[in-house]
Amino acid sequence: MTTPAGEGAVPIHRAGEHALLVETGGLAASHRLDALLRAERPPGVTEIVPGPATVLVVAPGADPVGLRARLSALAAAATARQEAGTAAAAPLVRVPVTFDGADLADVAALTGLGPQEVIARFCGSEFVAGWLGFAPGFAYLTGLDPALRVPRLDTPRTCVPAGAVAVAGPYAAVYPAASPGGWRLLGHTTLRVWDTGADPPALLRPGTRVRFEAAVP
Amino acid sequence: MSVEVLSPGPYATVQDLGRTGYAHLGVPRSGAADPRALTLANRLVGNPEGHAGIELTLGGARLRFAAPAWIAVTGAPCPLTLSGRAAGMCAPLWAPAGAELRVGVPARGLRTYVAVRGGLAVAPVLASRSTDSLSGLGPPPLRAGDVLPVGPPGGLGPIVVDAAPYAPPPERPALRVIPGPRDDWFTPDALDLLCGAPYEVSPHSNRVGVRLRGPALARSRGGELPSEGMVAGAIQVPPDGQPIVFLADHPPTGGYPVIAVVRAADLPLAAQLRPGDTVTFRRA
Repeated sequence: MTTPAGEGAVPIHRAGEHALLVETGGLAASHRLDALLRAERPPGVTEIVPGPATVLVVAPGADPVGLRARLSALAAAATARQEAGTAAAAPLVRVPVTFDGADLADVAALTGLGPQEVIARFCGSEFVAGWLGFAPGFAYLTGLDPALRVPRLDTPRTCVPAGAVAVAGPYAAVYPAASPGGWRLLGHTTLRVWDTGADPPALLRPGTRVRFEAAVP
Repeated sequence: MSVEVLSPGPYATVQDLGRTGYAHLGVPRSGAADPRALTLANRLVGNPEGHAGIELTLGGARLRFAAPAWIAVTGAPCPLTLSGRAAGMCAPLWAPAGAELRVGVPARGLRTYVAVRGGLAVAPVLASRSTDSLSGLGPPPLRAGDVLPVGPPGGLGPIVVDAAPYAPPPERPALRVIPGPRDDWFTPDALDLLCGAPYEVSPHSNRVGVRLRGPALARSRGGELPSEGMVAGAIQVPPDGQPIVFLADHPPTGGYPVIAVVRAADLPLAAQLRPGDTVTFRRA
C-alpha cells in the first residue's frame, strides 16, 4: 500500500501495522535518511534498517499518521540532495589484509588481471558499507572496481573462516564469523569486524567508509 | 536455584522478547515465536513480561527444579504432570524442591512455554537471552543435562491469579493481513488467491518462517527487488510462488517481495501452526 503521493513526493509503503518502508531510490539517500532518523529518533521508533533503495522504519508505539508525515519530510530532505557518495564525516575503517585467499588465483584468471593487479585494484578504491544482512555484522561493501566483479562460487563452501575477505558480484565483504559462504576469497584480516561484547557490536555499519590495505607481515 | 533439562523434547530453546535495535547490523529480532504465550507465562508467576523462559516445540519435555519454585506453562496445550500429579496449563504451579515437570505432546498447536518465577538467568548476548536459530546468537538449543540458572525472585510482583482463561489454537486459523509493501510486484489476482484457498503448512517450517504450500502467487514483473528490511509477519514470496510467513528468527533484510504482512495480533496463531495444518488469510 503506497501513500497517495504528490508530485515529487517520496513513496512510503506500509509494512504491516508497525512499520513503514520508505523508497529512497538509492543507497546514498538511504544513508542520509538513516543518519537523519538516528539523529532525531522520532518517538516509538525501534529499528531503522537502510537498504540499497529503501529504509525500513519499525515503530510499534508510534502514531502512524504523525510518523508518516515526519518520514515524508525527512525523506524529501534526504533525496533532494543530488551529490553522490557519503558525507566525508562518515568514519573510515582501514582493514589490513593478508592476500592468501584460496580464490585469488581464480579471481585473477576470471578477470584477466594478474594477482598483483587484483590486489592493487582492490586496495585502490574506497568502499562504503551499504547495508548489513546474511549474518550479524556482515556488511555489503559497495565501491568495488568493476574490473573485479566475479560471480559467486557455483558450490558454496560449508565453512568460511571469520575474517575472510571476499568478493562477489559488485560487492566485497569481511566475514564476521565462521559461516557457510559462496563468495570468492581474496585473503584474510585479523581485524575483528564483529564482537558481541563491543558497543556497537559491528565495526562496519551502514555508511562506514572502508579501505583495504596489504597487511604488514 | 536452577532448572535441569532431563529431556528437551524435539526442539527447545531459551527465549525472551528478543534483540531490538540491531536489525541494521544484520541481527534478527529472535525472541519467543509466540510472544503472547511467553508474556502470559511470565505474568502468571509475577515476572516482568520480558523474562526468559523455555520454548518447547511439540512438547515432549521433562524438567526438574532444584529448589522450590513457582512455574507456569502456556502456549500449545499439553498434558502436564508435576511430581507425578496432573497439572493445568495457564496457571501458577508450585514446584517443590526436586519436582519434575513432564510435558506431553500437544493435540494442537506447536509451541509451549515454561516460565519460572525469577526468569532464566543464562548469559545475555546483545541484551537478550534468546536462542537465534538463524544467526546462532544466544545459548545453543537445549540438550538433556543442561542446567539453567534462575534469577532471584526478590523484587518481583505478587502472584495474583489462580489461572488465566485460554483457548487452544483454532483448527484452521484465518490470519488477517495488510497488503504490501510489495503487492504491486504481483499479478492483480495474487492477493485474492492468497486470501482465497487454504494453504498447507510445510514440514520445512521453523522459527525463521512458516513455509506454505498452495496456490502459487505469480509476479507481474521480472527482475530482482533490491534487498530491503523485513518485519515479522511478512509474507515473502520466492520465485516458486509459495509464500513464507516470517517468524521471530527471520532475516532482517531480504530480497523477495512481500505481498502482505500478517497483523501483529495474529502472529501468535502463525507461530502455533504445525506441519500439515491448513491456514487461510483475509484482508483486514
